[in-house]
Amino acid sequence: MNITIVQYNAGNIQSVLYALERLGVAATVTDDPAMIQAADKVIFPGVGEASTAMAYLKERNLDQLIVSLKQPVLGICLGMQLMCKHSAENDTKCLGIFEEQVLAFKATENTTKVPQVGWNTITNLKTELFNGVSENSFTYFVHGFYAGIGTGTIATTDYIQAYSSALHKNNFYGVQFHPEKSAAVGEQIIQNFLSLKS
Amino acid sequence: MLTKRIIPCLDIKNGRTVKGVNFEQIRDAGDPIELAALYASQGADELVFLDITATVEQRKTLSALVHKIAHRINIPFTVGGGIKTEEDVRVLLQNGADKISINTAAFLDPLTISRFAKQFGSQCIVLAIDAKCESDNNWYVYLNGGRTKTDKLVVDWAREAVDLGVGEILLTSMNHDGTKQGFALDITAQLSENLPVPIIASGGGGTEAHFLDVFTKGKADAALAASVFHYKEIAIPDLKQYLSQNGIAVRI
Repeated sequence: MNITIVQYNAGNIQSVLYALERLGVAATVTDDPAMIQAADKVIFPGVGEASTAMAYLKERNLDQLIVSLKQPVLGICLGMQLMCKHSAENDTKCLGIFEEQVLAFKATENTTKVPQVGWNTITNLKTELFNGVSENSFTYFVHGFYAGIGTGTIATTDYIQAYSSALHKNNFYGVQFHPEKSAAVGEQIIQNFLSLKS
Repeated sequence: MLTKRIIPCLDIKNGRTVKGVNFEQIRDAGDPIELAALYASQGADELVFLDITATVEQRKTLSALVHKIAHRINIPFTVGGGIKTEEDVRVLLQNGADKISINTAAFLDPLTISRFAKQFGSQCIVLAIDAKCESDNNWYVYLNGGRTKTDKLVVDWAREAVDLGVGEILLTSMNHDGTKQGFALDITAQLSENLPVPIIASGGGGTEAHFLDVFTKGKADAALAASVFHYKEIAIPDLKQYLSQNGIAVRI
């Protein structure tokens, strides 16, 4: 199986490669459109800021490439947010694969820390991405912006309010948490993604 | 619900764990990867590797070690010790570290923080503060592994560093470190209640009740300890069970 990780100007890309290696799966990190197009599975990771990431993707026409992909695609963290319609992070128009909007967490009297950093539960799990994953499993999150709940929601998490911790539409999947850092639960989710039919 | 984190800390010198460890289950108690893997399997939420190696040559051993850790460990880990330049950070992140921690270099040149945050993102920049409560009842920042006193108040430095872009603060109380008499609850709570970033409390954890206190009274987001885990005085699964029974949200 040919697995490609999209390389762009965001952090954490290497961690996804290492996570796949831990599972005994080889992958290629590249921004070469032909290689991404030819992959059986595409992972679109990332930690960073939305507008600079979108600008980078546009410069290289990777924005059009990603939306046109037909094989299973998994966006992680910023990758998932960029697959949404719009991000409030510097008012950024995103790829528009998912209908959901990305908004900023607003600290409250009870929850004063933004971004959210740490382990939180995922619930209302839907689709094959969560095969064998129990409701209320813990995954690792680091994010200051979140996707609202909508038709694409396949997992929810509570932090300040309920939001989408995973999204799905056709061949596209996105997770807000970091499966590559989420212990056995994360490994199961990555395996499930790799098992999806191309 | 976001859970409180339990973080074992491993001191590293020349690629090996220092401070004693006491585990029969692992083949080589000096091998940080073996120990880290054991903690991860027991339910540690995150790991911190603190390099106390001095020379540039030996730091290459560190990046090789980080690379090996990243290929074995499936939870987040932070690497700290002697980090000064963007290149230091880049090498560690490239080799698989999730976060880096900075201390003295950031204090001597605070703009280091904003440069690192801009280039790598606040989420991977942890500020370590070595704090000591003096006879005037104020908490002061210490540098160089606690050898050098400064006139800066911990609350002031922490605020300044958050404004410059650190994503988390690892607060070690020198008064409590090694005593096993409990964490510094007052200063931990003071930082946690006034800053928008997670506070990792360190120094003094000796019993399960100390960890409960640091989460309830100390308002910490995470608690870090070394020897109580290395010497099996506290087992992570038991600690988490105890915290859960006492109403603390933890990952079990």
